[in-house]
Amino acid sequence: MAKILVFAEHNSGTVKGVTFEILGKLSSHTLEVVAFDGLSDDGVAELGKHGATTIHKIKGEGLDTYSPEGYANALKEVISSGSYDYVFAGSTSLGKDLFPRVAGMFDAGMISEVVEINFDGETFKGTRPLFAGKVLATVELDGPKPHFVTVRPNSIGMPDSAAGGSANVVDVTGNAGSIRAVVNEIIKGASEKLDLTEASIIVSGGRAMKNSDNFKILHEMADVLGATVGASRAAVDSGYADHSMQVGQTGKTVAPTLYIACGISGAIQHLAGMRTSKVIVAINTDPDAPIFQKADYGIVGDLFKVVPVLTEELKKLMN
Amino acid sequence: MNIFVCVKQVPDTETKVTPNSDGSFINLDSIKWIMNPYDEFAVEQALQIKAAQSESTVTVVRVGSVRDTEALRTAMAMGADESILVEAEDNLDSYCIAKAIKGGIEKSGKTPDLILCGKQAIDDDCLQVPQLLSQMMELPSVSMVVGFEQTGEDLKLRREIEGGSIEVYSLKTPAVVACNKGLNTPRYASLPGIMKAKRKPLAQHSLADVGVTDGDRRVKYSSFNLPPEKPPGKKFEAMDEDAVAGVVSEVVGLLRNEAKVI
Repeated sequence: MAKILVFAEHNSGTVKGVTFEILGKLSSHTLEVVAFDGLSDDGVAELGKHGATTIHKIKGEGLDTYSPEGYANALKEVISSGSYDYVFAGSTSLGKDLFPRVAGMFDAGMISEVVEINFDGETFKGTRPLFAGKVLATVELDGPKPHFVTVRPNSIGMPDSAAGGSANVVDVTGNAGSIRAVVNEIIKGASEKLDLTEASIIVSGGRAMKNSDNFKILHEMADVLGATVGASRAAVDSGYADHSMQVGQTGKTVAPTLYIACGISGAIQHLAGMRTSKVIVAINTDPDAPIFQKADYGIVGDLFKVVPVLTEELKKLMN
Repeated sequence: MNIFVCVKQVPDTETKVTPNSDGSFINLDSIKWIMNPYDEFAVEQALQIKAAQSESTVTVVRVGSVRDTEALRTAMAMGADESILVEAEDNLDSYCIAKAIKGGIEKSGKTPDLILCGKQAIDDDCLQVPQLLSQMMELPSVSMVVGFEQTGEDLKLRREIEGGSIEVYSLKTPAVVACNKGLNTPRYASLPGIMKAKRKPLAQHSLADVGVTDGDRRVKYSSFNLPPEKPPGKKFEAMDEDAVAGVVSEVVGLLRNEAKVI
């Protein structure tokens, strides 16, 4: 049994799903959680149910919002105090920025974005994709502890049950330390939806969308499904969609439960970024498009004819 | 300003990547190598700064194996002044690479004012080196940068976060900045640039020269294999407009009852 600290990232109090994926998978180990202040009561209860024995809740000056140095400095103190074997976190936008810094503070190794978690006794043995998922490899850590691991959201899956108890909440006064790179402002993006890397359903458009206005029909379908809209590199490079929406090797690697590819032919670099999606639906006029080789359900047809009908059908179903 | 740009040489995005025979890494034959696409934004940013501040020098640093096509020459053909190559196998982990870059920079004898990197390399996709390097060099750093403004030693950087939102940072040089797509449009190397690049200095070091030992390895890989192939899916013909409604209804039914994802 290893002693493991899991970082619980939350969005205005709501704990991110990947936290529960991690806790569920690690339930046979000694689990503690660290979070920055603002967790909801529900969040605290859920973390306990998912096996956290202790929640270290960090509060302190300069820690109300994210800054890489402030968060890293405050986390370092909690991690140092606990002689942990491993520290786990979600490979979210924040996790990707923060955890290499924290690992660096401990001169320790970190494995980014695993999609499988296994233990051989107390030793972590994971699987992670390389070359944007074109190959997978087994991966282990060496060197000073604690060892750091981040986990790709949606790749492990939610645990079937959560039979833990309630966690003991420990308030920690965090020290942000000296912050040299200061976040002055956050400019909200157009999308209030989940980020592509965390979305459980993605509706994506390719070059066949023809222009940015036409993405409206994908947004309509996404609204019905509670999905996030993505795009292929061809669509982004043609100026139809923002780069933050790009799925693929030079964009975001995603693992939703449902990926609906509209007018995407399926270049290697796109397939690499979405092939681990659980179920793939492809809509394309070219019956020989490579995307159909990866699709569970392929519709050979014109997306401008198919998508509106699909949206209506889904609307009926969701009501 | 002494500007350093870290580049990596990676398989082209369209290259087929397969495990080698003993599964210890990938098959390195017949791979087309390119400069990591995100590093092009870093090189371009450095050259734009140099254009505005003529006393600046741009030094490109790479850790990896020696190959015929050379990302360092490409960067110098684009306009970088000189290069440092730390020779190493291609499967080093992020910790060793960051330590080797630090060692290579120190060997140059120049104190960096700005270190630019791509936000991630598209081979191992770890997104660690810029942050690790900043820790090792005790410098501030900002990752995923899509906007760069400099006034003297003051930097104003825009970092892309989830959902396309932006964090606006202020910091002072020296700093490590990891560049994302959208920051600029990388230039192509001109023919005269390519000719000139051949005569630009390229310093070469071993890992031992820059202080990296076997004991520095933190991440061990094994059992490289191909992801499991999915069984072939179901394909429906709906080119005929009259078929659309029926096909859509069937697929939605399958998504609900067979795949159980909606």
